[in-house]
Amino acid sequence: MTPKHRLLVLVVAVLLLAGVGTGFVLHAAYRAADKDKPRAGGPAVGAGPVTLTRTGQLAFVNSAPGPHRTEVAAVPAADPGGARTAADLKCARFYTASGTGVCLQTGLGVVSQTNRAVVLDKDLRVLRTFPLAGTPSRARVSPSGHLAAWTVFVGGESYGAAFFSTRTSIVDTRTWKILPNLEDFAITLDGRPYHAVDDNFWGVTFADDDDTFYATLGTAGRTYLVRGSVAHRSVTSLGVQNVECPSLSPDGTRIAFKKRVLHGASLWHEYVLDLRTLRQTPLAEHRSVDDQAAWIDNRTVAYALPKEGDTKSTDLWSVPADGSGAAHLLIPDASSPAPL
Amino acid sequence: MYLADRAAPDGAGTLPGAARGRTRAVSSVVLALGAVSLITDISSEMVTAVLPLYLVISLGLSPLGFGTLDGVYNGVSALVQLTGGHLADRVRNHKLVAGLGYGLSALCKPLLMIVHSLGPLGVVLALERTGKGLRTSPRDALISLSSPPGTRGRAFGVHRAMDTTGAVLGPVTAFLILRAAADGYDAVFGVSACFAVLGVLVLVLFVPGKALVAQQRRAAAEGATSASAPAEPAAAERPVDLRQAFGLLRLPRLRALTACAVLLGLTTVSDAFVYLLLQRRADIGEEWFPLLPLGTAAVFLLLAVPAGVLADRVGRRWVFLAGHAGLLAAYALLLWGPRTAALPYLVLALHGVFYAATDGVLPAAVADVVPENLRGSGLALVGTGQALARFCCSLAFGAAWTVWGDGRALFGSAVGLLLCAAAAGIVLRPGGGTR
Repeated sequence: MTPKHRLLVLVVAVLLLAGVGTGFVLHAAYRAADKDKPRAGGPAVGAGPVTLTRTGQLAFVNSAPGPHRTEVAAVPAADPGGARTAADLKCARFYTASGTGVCLQTGLGVVSQTNRAVVLDKDLRVLRTFPLAGTPSRARVSPSGHLAAWTVFVGGESYGAAFFSTRTSIVDTRTWKILPNLEDFAITLDGRPYHAVDDNFWGVTFADDDDTFYATLGTAGRTYLVRGSVAHRSVTSLGVQNVECPSLSPDGTRIAFKKRVLHGASLWHEYVLDLRTLRQTPLAEHRSVDDQAAWIDNRTVAYALPKEGDTKSTDLWSVPADGSGAAHLLIPDASSPAPL
Repeated sequence: MYLADRAAPDGAGTLPGAARGRTRAVSSVVLALGAVSLITDISSEMVTAVLPLYLVISLGLSPLGFGTLDGVYNGVSALVQLTGGHLADRVRNHKLVAGLGYGLSALCKPLLMIVHSLGPLGVVLALERTGKGLRTSPRDALISLSSPPGTRGRAFGVHRAMDTTGAVLGPVTAFLILRAAADGYDAVFGVSACFAVLGVLVLVLFVPGKALVAQQRRAAAEGATSASAPAEPAAAERPVDLRQAFGLLRLPRLRALTACAVLLGLTTVSDAFVYLLLQRRADIGEEWFPLLPLGTAAVFLLLAVPAGVLADRVGRRWVFLAGHAGLLAAYALLLWGPRTAALPYLVLALHGVFYAATDGVLPAAVADVVPENLRGSGLALVGTGQALARFCCSLAFGAAWTVWGDGRALFGSAVGLLLCAAAAGIVLRPGGGTR
C-alpha cells in the first residue's frame, strides 16, 4: 500500500467512525429528549408545591417520562397510583422527615462530575448546600428533622490505584456543624478498638433521640451492623454481620436491611432484624433489592426495584415487614420513597 | 510493503551526537505510535471517567466489590505484560502482539453497551486490562527499535506526552457527550469504541511490523556510529525462547536497572494516596478531589519531551534520579505541610516532574542495554517488576497507614525512597554498558 492509499483509507475510516459516533450521540440525545415527553398510559404528573409537613402523603423522586422526570414529587398515601404533584427540584436521591428534606444532586463539570447535597426546609427552599466528594448513594434525615446524613461513592481513594470507597457525612441542621467523614469516629469492633485504612461506612439511619444511629461498616471484605453516637463520635458493632443499608422502624424496635445472599455477587434479599432478639426475618420479596428501604409505617417497608425489562428505571414496591404476604407495586416509575 | 518507512532510517541513520538532530525530532514510527496511544487513551479514559456515574446512577449498583477486584486486575495486567513482551520477541512481530492488545481492548468497548450487571461488567473490564497489559511492552519495544540510542529519551518523551494528552482529552469528550445526551452512557461507550477502532487502524496502517527490526539492523550497520546495544547478528536470527528471556537477567546493566526499578517502585506511594494526603494537608474541598490527577497530568504532559531530551544529553541516570528527587520533595512538602496556598500546586508539579523524568526515561535506559531480539522481554521484565513493586507498596502503605497513621507511613516511605534512590545512584553509576 502506498502512503497515499493509506491516507485515503484513514480519511474514509475517520469519516465512517465519526458518522457512527455521531449516530450514537444523536440517538442518545433523541432518547433523552423522548424521556422528557409524557407517555400515553403513564401516570399523571402536574407541577405544584410539595410541602414536606403535609401528612398522609408519600414523597419520592419521580422517574416517569415527562417534563418532571427526576423531580421530587408527592402522592396521597391512600392513593399512591394517583396523580402526582412534582416540585421544581431535581434529585438523584431524596429523603425527608419532620419538614427537613435532603436532596443529593449530580451535575456534569468539564472533566468530572460535580455533586452536592442540598438541605431543604418544608417548602423545599434551599437552606444549605454541601459539595460532595463523589457520586450520591444514600440519604437520610432523623425523625426530628435535626440531623441529616448521606453516603457517596468516591473513586480512586482506596488501595492499589483502586476503584471505589464510600464517604458518609452527618450534618446537624440546627448548628450546621458537619461531621464530614464517619471514618473519623472511634470504632469498636467485636468489643475491641478497631481502625483500618479500608474502613467504609454507608447507609445511616437515625433513632429519634437525635444521637443514636445505625449504619453499615465495611472492612476487610466483611460488612457489620454498627450502632453509633453522634455526640460521642463513636460506633460499636452489634455482633451481626452482612447487614447493609439498615433502616430503623418508626417504633425503633426493628431494622430492615439488605442481606447479601451470594458472596461476591450483587444479589441481596430484604430482611428485618429484631433489635432485642437479633432474630432475622426474611421478607416476602424474592427479587434482589439493592436499596436502602424506607418504613411507610410500622408494618410496611418500601424500596426501589429495577423496572421489568428496563434496568435503567425503577418502580417502588412495598412488602409487609413481618415476612408475611407478598410484595406489591406501590408507585411505578419512582425511587427514594419517604412517608410525609 | 512498508514503503512509508523512509522516515525511520532517516531518524535512525543518525548523525553522531544525536542532540543536534533538531529538525528531525523523532521518527515517524514514534509519532504514529504516539497517535495510537493518544487516540486509545481518549477511548479508555472516556470509559474510566463515567464508570462510577454509570454504575451508581444508571445501573443503580453499589460498586464496592470492584475495590477488591482492582488489585487482582493490576496483578493480572502486570503478568500479561510479561507474556506480551516475550510473545512479541518470540514471533518477532511486535506490531502483531501490540495490535492484538489494542484490538482486544477495542472489542471490549462495544461490549460495555450490552452488559448491564456487575459480574459480566467485571469480566469485560478484566479483558480490557488484559489488552492493556499485552500491548505495553511490544509498543515500547517498537518505540525503542525505531529510535537510535541518542534520541530514545526524546522519543519516549514525545510518546508519553501524546499518551497523556489523550488521557486528559478522554474525560472532556465523555462529559461533552453526557451534556448533549442526558444518561447517554451507551453513547459514551459507543464513541469510545469508535476511538478504539481508529487507534487500531492507525497502528495497522502507519506502524511498520516485522520489517522494522530488519531495517533497523541495516541502518545500524550502515550508521554504526552510536554506542548501540550489544546486538549479535547471529543471535538475533535464532528464535527467542523463555530461557533466553530470563537469561537477560545475567546482563549486569539490566539487572541493575531492574533492581532499581523494583526498589524505587517499593517506595513509590500510589497516586491515590498522594492525592488523599494532599487533600488532607492542604484542606482542599472534596469536590476538587477528582481534579487533582489533572494537575499531575498537565505537568507530565508539558515536561515529558524536555525531560526526554535532557536525558539524552546529560544521561538517563541523572534525569531518572532527579525525577525521584522531585517525588521525595513532594513527600517532604506533604510531611511538612506549610500553610501556604501554593502547597497543592507545588506538590502536583513535583508529582508531574516525577512522572515526566521517569516514565519514559526508564524504558529508554532499558532499551540501551537489551539486545534488539529480546527488547520486548527486557522492557516487560522491568515494567512488570516495577508494577508489582508498586502494588506491594500500595498494600504495605495501606497497612502502615492503619497502624501508624498517614504522617508516619509517609515518613517511612520517604526514608525508604531516599535510601533506595541513593542505592540506585550507586548501582547505576556509569561504568558498565552504556550511560
